[in-house]
Amino acid sequence: MPKPLTITTPGDRQIVVVREFDAPRDLVFLCYSKPELLRRWYGMPDWTTFVCDIDFRVGGKYRIGQHSPNGYELASQGIYTAIVAPERIEQTEYYDDDWTQGGTTNVLTLTETAGVTTATMTITFASAEARAAAAASPMAEGMEIGFKRLDAALAELRKN
Amino acid sequence: MTPDQLDAVFSALADPTRRAILARLMEGEASVNELAEPFAISQPAISKHLKMLERAGLVTRSADGTRRPVRIEAAPMKDAVDWLEKYRRFWEQSYALLDSLLASLQTPVNKPEPASKKGKKDA
Repeated sequence: MPKPLTITTPGDRQIVVVREFDAPRDLVFLCYSKPELLRRWYGMPDWTTFVCDIDFRVGGKYRIGQHSPNGYELASQGIYTAIVAPERIEQTEYYDDDWTQGGTTNVLTLTETAGVTTATMTITFASAEARAAAAASPMAEGMEIGFKRLDAALAELRKN
Repeated sequence: MTPDQLDAVFSALADPTRRAILARLMEGEASVNELAEPFAISQPAISKHLKMLERAGLVTRSADGTRRPVRIEAAPMKDAVDWLEKYRRFWEQSYALLDSLLASLQTPVNKPEPASKKGKKDA
């Protein structure tokens, strides 16, 4: 049984999200690298993904965006700076609303043990102040709007 | 709590000395001199850190004579933790979908399901 998600804030500029998946690493990597798969899970379940364009190669650009049920638009884009299949993806990320103040560098590492894959996402902000400011950004508000409908949506998903 | 206040809390928490001061204050109130003791920095430097913590609402100083003890305030810290909780939920919801997707990708095309317990034996 995979362990639940953990989130920590080591140092002044980082947020680290760790999660296990009951699937081989190759498959998890595929879900991050194919747009038709990425758009099926990334973001809020009850939001509409209106764009998910990814040019999955080093130097390639991506853009991914969602609309909340009440019309709030959350979109980000960036460039893949390093790709080591199926174990590592590095990318820059800039939100349209610049809630991260200068963007972030996101490093995803995937390790597999006995068929269980651990995904470690390390998000590094430009500064301690930027990480702090992100906490007070509209994204947090946007997420809260989404959460109000989330529990019901998830319960439905689990039934299927 | 306004975004500005939350911003102040995260900025205040971003510094290791200020986190150590808060850890000390969790044991009980202390004067500025007492707080400065374990650190290799001057009392004015500690006062500067305390001002940031005060501005964030993380500590208060009583007007109790010249000692003016500093004490920790729990509410703003809770707000900061609540934000991280929202962030955690964002990823949890997203990853819950990834779980479903991974499960569907693994059955039945990529990995045949074990034979059903009942029926289908006479196929």
